[in-house]
Amino acid sequence: MTLDPAKPQRISSQPAQPQSAQSQSAYSPRANSRLWEFYRTMRRIRCFEERVGELYVRGLSAGSMLHLSIGEEAAAAGVCAAMAPQDSFTTHHRGHGIFLARGADPNRMMAEIGGKAAGYCGGKGGSMHIADMQLGHLGANAIVGGGIPHVVGAGLSYKRLKRDAVSVAFFGDGAMQQGILYESLNMAALWSLPVVFVCVNNQYGMGTRIDRATAETDFTRRAAALGLAAAEADGEDVEAVHAAAAALIGGARRHRPAFLTVSCFRFYGHGRMDKSPYRTADEEAAGRRRDPVARARVELIARGLTDAAQVDSLDAEIEAEMNAAIDYTAAAAAPELAAMFRDVFAPGEPAPEPLADRLDRLLAEA
Amino acid sequence: MAAQEITYRDALRQALDDAMRDDETVVVIGEEVGRYGGAYGVTKDLIASYGEERLIDTPISEPAIIGAAVGAAMTGLRPVAELMYVDFLGLVMDQLANQAAKIRYMFGGQIGVPMVVRTQGGTGRSAGAQHSQSLEAWVMHTPGLRLAMPATAADAYHLLRHALTLPDPVVFIEHKALYARKERTDLAAPVAPWGQATIRRAGSDVTLVTYSRMVFTALEAAAALAERGIAAEVIDLRTLNPLDMATVAASVRRTGRAVVVTESCLTGGVAAELAARIGEECFDYLEDPVIRIAGEDVPIPVSPALESAAIPQPPVIISVVQRMLRR
Repeated sequence: MTLDPAKPQRISSQPAQPQSAQSQSAYSPRANSRLWEFYRTMRRIRCFEERVGELYVRGLSAGSMLHLSIGEEAAAAGVCAAMAPQDSFTTHHRGHGIFLARGADPNRMMAEIGGKAAGYCGGKGGSMHIADMQLGHLGANAIVGGGIPHVVGAGLSYKRLKRDAVSVAFFGDGAMQQGILYESLNMAALWSLPVVFVCVNNQYGMGTRIDRATAETDFTRRAAALGLAAAEADGEDVEAVHAAAAALIGGARRHRPAFLTVSCFRFYGHGRMDKSPYRTADEEAAGRRRDPVARARVELIARGLTDAAQVDSLDAEIEAEMNAAIDYTAAAAAPELAAMFRDVFAPGEPAPEPLADRLDRLLAEA
Repeated sequence: MAAQEITYRDALRQALDDAMRDDETVVVIGEEVGRYGGAYGVTKDLIASYGEERLIDTPISEPAIIGAAVGAAMTGLRPVAELMYVDFLGLVMDQLANQAAKIRYMFGGQIGVPMVVRTQGGTGRSAGAQHSQSLEAWVMHTPGLRLAMPATAADAYHLLRHALTLPDPVVFIEHKALYARKERTDLAAPVAPWGQATIRRAGSDVTLVTYSRMVFTALEAAAALAERGIAAEVIDLRTLNPLDMATVAASVRRTGRAVVVTESCLTGGVAAELAARIGEECFDYLEDPVIRIAGEDVPIPVSPALESAAIPQPPVIISVVQRMLRR
């Protein structure tokens, strides 16, 4: 596939199209298809998010902020499967699925979301600030667009230090209207950095649909205008997302920065308290029919890659895994209070004086 | 090396040169840092030694400059991001305060952000309300950021060198009116450690607590006060985070009087923080209330006559101290 920055291309592997019919035959030997793996990743994300929702309802999640990525699983699974182990990435406030697709441990993830010491960040980050340097996760972000320029810096490092790594920024369509994105796209293209920008276009920035947020909803044109390779993929079709991501990440590895937008639908509200008053039941029903997990299941069986019983068995296994993550989180300990004063600065550096210590010091002298 | 005349600007340049020579991961990123040599000439000719790969000229995109520095710092480089004017903090506070300052903490100590934001502030060039501010309070109010504000050329050199060894983000605010100031110094000679204040002039009657260019305003006032028989001690804080209250408190306990002098405006500012801490820590030793002499609570006007009147000058310090001492 050749990607011309001047001509944004749409990449899709709709089964009905002749091109896909060709690839379908290639999938006949099971070893040549990654759909089973993609399905497993997506099913784990779906199940994790459902269980995290339950965690919230049970009052076990820390805080009021919880953004589920149900409906967006193909973006996470497809793109992460195209990344190499040495690659890094940043995510946004709706990034659980991406981190899971990258290989996160659901126990430690859920414990972090629950604010427990066993979580990835010791319970100090939570859902929107989860990170793991071992997996190249440079951090989720609670500021829309906040993590985008970090991949530009990572790209600069990789180029200067001659490391064969790509850095990928994941963000939503809401960030398409943030200035920092355009500054970052421009720098990445200007300096030919090994960087890929991935917009998970779930159609909604909180309660505002993209056609109420912008007059130009074809995002590829914006990235192409700044000189990046740009493509759009159908977020119902995980193989199409993976194919597009693989091409763009491969190009980025050869210092051809790229932009990918994955079109999908956010099945539920912005946060857990959001009952979506800004959209109709019909729109939600139609959107939820664009289900990448259900579609992959149908494809797996239709292509004879597996049978319903095997899929059911995998689903049950995943459900047990995620149920265990809830139990793990519920039983996990809260961080000790002293942890509050750690990590403001590096260990051994002057640290903030706790209020209690300061008061004792002042009043003892008084 | 023997003492030689060096400007504050050249001391900073020397610090960058030495740091880049000693540490290959140090890169300078910002607007006009390369071919132009820096808006105030601090990076002049460094591109000849280190090339475009390490003196990275950027588009005019301040938020992404700081954001890219954050990402670079997390992945193996030690970036010096130049923010041409501290006034542009308004553009970059998300990347600085929400990202750089909090990453170590939010991520449970997994990683730090070893970067330096070099910027400059203050009045003295009739640069107007958007190019003359003293915004250190914005930085000081953000946990996770170190803050250095050197007054002397020697400190400019040593504090910048030290900042480029620290594991956490440092905001390094230079003063535009000091760049051309010359000083006879030996850059090889040690200065006080990072995080420690320095007594620039010893005295027993009153303590003047200040930093950056106001150190010289306070020293001028102290010299005039000495002619009137008043011995003012002048403390240069050098860094505002860490803040060396031990040196300040020890001095105030000796003199019994404290005047805080800042170019930044009065309300909600650094002077208020310093005065409150002195009040808490030295209450039993104080002969008079702690007095703040700060910039007026106005945007900085362009007219030189108004600009210089908007910030503390020696006469007001002299007058305040005389009235405190009733002499």
